[in-house]
Amino acid sequence: MVKIKVLQPGLFSSIQDLGRFGYQKFGVPHSGVMDRYAMRICNMILGNPQETAVMEITMQGPELKFLASAYICICGADMSPKVNSAIIPQNKIIKIQPGDILNFGNLKKGFRAYLGVRGGFTTKEILGSKSWYEGLTDEFRLKKGMLLEYDHRNFEDADTYSALKIERNYLESKNIEAYPGPEFELLSSNQKEELFNTDFTIDQSSNRMAVQFKQEFTNDLEPIITAPVVPGTIQLTPSGKLIALMRDCQTTGGYPRVLQLSEKGIETIAQKQPGEYIRFLKKEYPEF
Amino acid sequence: MTYYPKITPLGDRSILIDFGEKISDETLDKVLFYKQKLENEKFKQKVEVINTYNSLLISYMFTIEDVYSEFLRLKDLLSKANIPKKTNYRIFHVPVCYHEEFGLDLEHISKKKNLSINRIIELHTAPIYQVYFIGFLPGFLYLGGLDSRLQISRKETPRRSVEKGSVGIGENQTGIYPKKSPGGWQILGRSPLQLFDKNEDPPCLFSAGDKIKFVSVSREDYDRIEQEVNEGNYQLKFENHHG
Repeated sequence: MVKIKVLQPGLFSSIQDLGRFGYQKFGVPHSGVMDRYAMRICNMILGNPQETAVMEITMQGPELKFLASAYICICGADMSPKVNSAIIPQNKIIKIQPGDILNFGNLKKGFRAYLGVRGGFTTKEILGSKSWYEGLTDEFRLKKGMLLEYDHRNFEDADTYSALKIERNYLESKNIEAYPGPEFELLSSNQKEELFNTDFTIDQSSNRMAVQFKQEFTNDLEPIITAPVVPGTIQLTPSGKLIALMRDCQTTGGYPRVLQLSEKGIETIAQKQPGEYIRFLKKEYPEF
Repeated sequence: MTYYPKITPLGDRSILIDFGEKISDETLDKVLFYKQKLENEKFKQKVEVINTYNSLLISYMFTIEDVYSEFLRLKDLLSKANIPKKTNYRIFHVPVCYHEEFGLDLEHISKKKNLSINRIIELHTAPIYQVYFIGFLPGFLYLGGLDSRLQISRKETPRRSVEKGSVGIGENQTGIYPKKSPGGWQILGRSPLQLFDKNEDPPCLFSAGDKIKFVSVSREDYDRIEQEVNEGNYQLKFENHHG
């Protein structure tokens, strides 16, 4: 019995891995961590395989009680993590004793933090992934009183991964890398310019499905024949709103796909809070 | 001038192939022919291929390392076109109960389109529908083949909740709600089939390229089939079509 008890759930946390692969053809969303970079660092530091499930924590962290010892690591956003009320460093292995309490303080940087545990969370796999998704997995968000299990194998003393160079600038960067999307060329030259010269403010309604923006954008494009979309696709709705699809998005859509975020663009936007502004930074595909 | 099929990257982890044609069975045959070819190809990393009416999307698990060589390879693969026409196929029967208890908008459709309810059922059960692809919700089928006499605009105010299995029409599309969800389609009946089951692999009853037919069943048969489905004893019926 190796368990973590959720004393307080925080704002929104869920268990995520790299997502579902092979079921998009049945309309199943990809899911998986919003910020793959932070998750990868977390698992590397812990010595876990890179696809190991972690806890994704949004804006305000939970309070967790460990019922057994563990090696943990926290990456991504800085939410002032504490063990038994003492601040702990991020991006480092922390040894946890049975009974220790992990909680979080102020959000200082970024928007999503990742809690990894050596061996990984062992929540139930559905359609090839442990990622929580409403309607598909039994749970979709952390709840008070919930018990989480993690794998206790591999529990010899861990080596610390001190040589790893960790990129942190993206947590505060306002520049979101975006390629032209499939329907980009249908925009007028004014619209194209507007896309890359406007400060877009992240709307409160943003979630794991989509990041929405407050600004309205001039739009006279017709809807398209329903076509594939992926996380990072930026759609232009008939009312002139831009929607950046995120990891839990649907597999197809009928709005013009004007931009497409790079993986780095997705990771950067995943770390932005509602109310923050961003700018799209044009990236071109290589010429063929 | 744009040359089709057009191959473009979509972000760092996918490649989009746009066939540029309108919605038709011929386009779908072509799209599905190449989809199968791609599924038989060996890739350096795990990939998944999905289709829509006129596009294919190849998704890679991780960032594509050498986009250029992937492009060359896809170009080569797509240039060898000799698409066989499918003449023999199965038509799956989807039982639908058009009882007034389930067909919440039958009256409305009847008035609006000046058709009797029996005629609506006749027109809805006559065509062989083509499953173009699955999207929007897990298990939601994009079907082609609705009789134009049944085309009707969506409800002005969408329902907050439409029951699982509800069969509806929205503009020129007809479909089945795979789970209880909000929705604006005009509802004409309900199917007792379980279109999506997360505990099954594959989780979906149908795949892109399948052909289906709606078969009208009585209120009693609905209950019987539903029970068989719940007990895992229901055998999906089909007929063979020889071209």
